[in-house]
Amino acid sequence: MSERFDPLRWRPAPFLPEREARDAALIFVVAVLCFLACLTAMGVIAGDRAARGWTEQLTGEATVIVRPRGGETPDAAAIRATETLAGTPGVSEARALEPAKAYDLIRPWLGDISDLEDLPVPRLVAVTLDRKHPADAKQLNAALKAQGIDATVDDHSIWIKDIRRAGRLVRWLGAGVFVLIAAAAAAVVAFATRAGLASRRDVVEVLHMSGAEDGYIARLFQIRFARLAGLAGGIGALAAGVLVAILRIAGGGQGLTPALPLAWSDILAVLPCPLLAAGVAAGVAQFTAMRLIRDMQ
Amino acid sequence: MSRNPDAVPANRTAEQVVRFDDVSMRYGRGPDVLRDLDFSLAPGSFHFVTGPSGAGKTSLLRLIYLAARPSKGQVSLFGQDVAEAPPSARPQLRRRIGVVFQDLLLLDHLSAFDNAALPLRIAGRKPADYRTDVAELLTWVGLGGHMQAMPPTLAGGERQRLAIARAVVNRPEILLADEPTGNVDPDMALRIFRLFVELNRLGTTVLIATHDQDLIARSGRPVLHLERGRISTRPPQGPQPPGPQPVAAP
Repeated sequence: MSERFDPLRWRPAPFLPEREARDAALIFVVAVLCFLACLTAMGVIAGDRAARGWTEQLTGEATVIVRPRGGETPDAAAIRATETLAGTPGVSEARALEPAKAYDLIRPWLGDISDLEDLPVPRLVAVTLDRKHPADAKQLNAALKAQGIDATVDDHSIWIKDIRRAGRLVRWLGAGVFVLIAAAAAAVVAFATRAGLASRRDVVEVLHMSGAEDGYIARLFQIRFARLAGLAGGIGALAAGVLVAILRIAGGGQGLTPALPLAWSDILAVLPCPLLAAGVAAGVAQFTAMRLIRDMQ
Repeated sequence: MSRNPDAVPANRTAEQVVRFDDVSMRYGRGPDVLRDLDFSLAPGSFHFVTGPSGAGKTSLLRLIYLAARPSKGQVSLFGQDVAEAPPSARPQLRRRIGVVFQDLLLLDHLSAFDNAALPLRIAGRKPADYRTDVAELLTWVGLGGHMQAMPPTLAGGERQRLAIARAVVNRPEILLADEPTGNVDPDMALRIFRLFVELNRLGTTVLIATHDQDLIARSGRPVLHLERGRISTRPPQGPQPPGPQPVAAP
């Protein structure tokens, strides 16, 4: 014996070994899943922000196509429409676009022809709506009609609907991917619990025969796997946070791209990950262990 | 079937520590390994269980320490039918029984001290209340110099004594031992036997499954003989101890 043992200084050792050979593999797999889950969560947040930004931009604007009537020139019709729209409630600004802009819009369909300016191309008026009480297409149409102006109002509602639908889809897809990843993590933990119980059947049997309640034995595995998953969740969250920080710095002011405007605050989304991972692992390990212990009897 | 005052037909007394009423047991759909057992053990009694390999000795002990259920009949412990005991009561019943398993079932990742203290931890006792008792017990079984040793580093006899220390540390009301002297020399077998006798003197009911006919002969204790799943009681062989006197020290 190397040194004298003092029973008064003895502290009970944990019933389950603190480290097992397969721990590293389990931590790696759960950390990767948590990393993916965090990226999904941050992607959904950024995608949602992009959709909201585009919607806000589109709801704040309308485009009016003005066609000259009778002997009126296109420019005169555009000026009259601009004045009418500027005086309409719910409009903060109306601005006739230069004819060149209208030519630019139709050039892709007509090709680069020399006498484009001679065509009776309708003029465009850009309308900025009041943010608090925006006028809708009906009100703008009524105001223009009252002044005898032949015009079509496009309040971008078709695009807004599409963007909102796309935003909802992204959110649901994100939630679906998140649930899938959580389910995969739970399955991995359940598998690890089963393997852990099988390899530590001696511990289960001895504790059981010594009068330990099923819940007491299951709790050992619950605590063990919750701790491992919490650690793995922390590693995955940290990795995802670092990656997003790098993308944020590399992407400059707009986040990564205008389509994925990452913000620094998005990184906070990784914070609950270790707790969630530990919670899922604790629940699954407890359930699996209880069922296996009961089956042993 | 012979009779002795300790192991008696089940219907003779109601205050027995262990009581089997017409008990049979089989594994899965196999044949009965135990058949129509009717016997009981009085509090403070000391018995051996013998019989050829496969006679059902281990199965009999498993029924008593609630690791198996009978396929027929009724097993009672401390006057309680175990089939009717709610699942929550079974751990409490197990805590009143100490078991030396045939394959010892020591936990290799725990020190000898932690292994021996295990039943006390399970019982919810505070370390400060029992650590000196555990140290004394380990010293008493000759493991005073190996308290921190891991079981794989211990010799066969030392491992056996550690398993015995774990089984008795909680002062069980019943001590079951399955071939506890299987891996030790005759001198060590006698030392272990003396330990059991000492516990029995303190009131523990002892039941030891063994092939060691020499030990049985020298012990002067009654025997439950199992053959082809059926049990019979045999009177003590050899010199009977005055009271709970153990066999002579080697």
